[in-house]
Amino acid sequence: MTDAVIRVVGLGKSYETAAGLFPALKGVDLAIQPGEYLAIMGPSGSGKSTFMNLLGCLDTPTVGDYFLAGENVAHMDKDALAILRNRTLGFVFQGFNLLPRMSLQDNVALPLVYAGFDKETRRAKARELLGKVGLSQYADSLPNRISGGQQQRVAIARALVNEPRLILADEPTGNLDSHTSEEIMKLFDELNREGITIVLVTHEQDIAEHAKRQVKFLDGQVVSDHLTERQGLPC
Amino acid sequence: MLKAMLGEAWLAMGANRLRTALTMLGMVIGVGAVVIMMAIGQGAQYAVQQTISTMGSNLYIVLSGSFTTSGVRSGSAGGPTLNVADADAISELDGVTNVAPTHQGTRQLVYGSQNWSSTVVGTTPSYLEARAWSIVNGAGFGDSDVRSSTRVAIIGKTVAENLFGADDPVGKTMRIQQNPFIVIGVLGSKGQNLDGRDQDDTVIIPLTTAQRKVFGTPFLGSVRMIMVQAESADAMAKVESGMTALLRQRHRLREGMPDDFFMRNLSAAAESEAATTRTMSILLGAIASISLLVGGIGIMNIMLVSVTERTREIGIRMAIGARQKDILSQFLLEAVMISFAGCLLGLVLGLGIALGINAFTGMVIVISGSAALVAFAVAATVGIFFGWYPARKAARLDPIEALRYQ
Repeated sequence: MTDAVIRVVGLGKSYETAAGLFPALKGVDLAIQPGEYLAIMGPSGSGKSTFMNLLGCLDTPTVGDYFLAGENVAHMDKDALAILRNRTLGFVFQGFNLLPRMSLQDNVALPLVYAGFDKETRRAKARELLGKVGLSQYADSLPNRISGGQQQRVAIARALVNEPRLILADEPTGNLDSHTSEEIMKLFDELNREGITIVLVTHEQDIAEHAKRQVKFLDGQVVSDHLTERQGLPC
Repeated sequence: MLKAMLGEAWLAMGANRLRTALTMLGMVIGVGAVVIMMAIGQGAQYAVQQTISTMGSNLYIVLSGSFTTSGVRSGSAGGPTLNVADADAISELDGVTNVAPTHQGTRQLVYGSQNWSSTVVGTTPSYLEARAWSIVNGAGFGDSDVRSSTRVAIIGKTVAENLFGADDPVGKTMRIQQNPFIVIGVLGSKGQNLDGRDQDDTVIIPLTTAQRKVFGTPFLGSVRMIMVQAESADAMAKVESGMTALLRQRHRLREGMPDDFFMRNLSAAAESEAATTRTMSILLGAIASISLLVGGIGIMNIMLVSVTERTREIGIRMAIGARQKDILSQFLLEAVMISFAGCLLGLVLGLGIALGINAFTGMVIVISGSAALVAFAVAATVGIFFGWYPARKAARLDPIEALRYQ
């Protein structure tokens, strides 16, 4: 268990609301091993977004412990969490979230700026990753010049640029049509084959089928955790 | 890192050019106003200082005082209470460098077919020394001229121009009150004094000649005025009390009787004039600084709008690893860049207008490097001060909230 990329123990999160303390997450235990491909599912309000924010070090839990790469990050301060997000995690969002005024290359290189790499290294790595997602030819274009699917590829390149321990993808296909969704999922499949750990949040079963393991949330608790029976089949 | 951030700040500024330009305009006007006002204020100070330096330093004038005859009181310099012997006695006092008894009045001057009315000053050679007045053409007269009442004259530039025109006055003979005087020297130009009177419109002749031939005083040896120069500003108080005691003793004034002379500290009057201009200059600068403040508030306003508009961007940056201080310095840098760019333009504009004022109105302006430096430092401070709050607001955003912002 000590080798787990992620291990959460009794993780809980409550929010102050007008009606009193609302428990969004009630004591979740989960371990994710290196190289896993995991889908987190559940209806809205099930606590999966809260869980994802905690996994992504964007938020801190009310109770419980969170070991990221063996280190308990449950009570770290904001700057330490920012460094973790920068070095250990890669984010892929539903809305792509590229910075509109920057070239694609600069977008991909942005995490490296905060990591303190020099300009040449940033350039080289960004080029390499853009090549990996097949968009080298658009390196100097602005995000609005390319399609949504292509933007999401750039976002994946950005998530990979710092060589993170795992990729967190929050509804990565939510804004894409089914054909493009399939392409993006194939890219994830491929990345996982290369050994990259991927955690995916989705409410679509066919997307979740790409993952090797599916975890279902309901009312702030894990209600099912099983391996996907058949994988790699096109829908 | 810094280079990357400068590039990003530049991009952000370029994203909404009109808005950036208008924000900058506030700084441009503020800095421009400070530069212009400082230039004018320092120019005025410079002009006053110039005038003061032409007057001579650490000067007292002692005027013969009022006296009372049958209940009628004369004004100052109303009676012949001072004389040359008083002047000689004053010159023996400690701390006194120059003493010049003078007798002056306005007389008509005639040379050839020209005539001109001017102030005729009868005095001793010390007068020119006390007033630090040099002779640019010819020579001055000496103590021997005063003793033997020679009819020689030193004339000011205005007199030379009006009476002699293109002729060289030195060696020529002019008449004052029908008495012929040989012009032996022409004084250097001093310009206007603090009252605006032309100091160059004057003729200086030996005191005794003035008393006997020009003014005709009833009491030989009496003078209206004695100019006294102290050796330093520090010695002035000592000289003043020394003179008062000496003159009261010499005039046999008993305890309780009023002084029969007046003493004026010319340097004090000049200092107060200088202080007035200094105050005016500071006031102008302060008023101009207010516009700089307004410009700064403009920056803060726009930065706040910018932070709100870019909430999502801030969220993205935080998600991929920007620390609070990264976000803080990014927005701070933007504010400072706007402020600096505005400041540079303001400097250019201010200098241009100041030079224009000088060219079109002839007003004295002084452009000092320190004023520009002050404006620059203030602009940087304004940028940091007013950029701080919006930048801190940006840095303290919650990444989850910021990412959710539409």
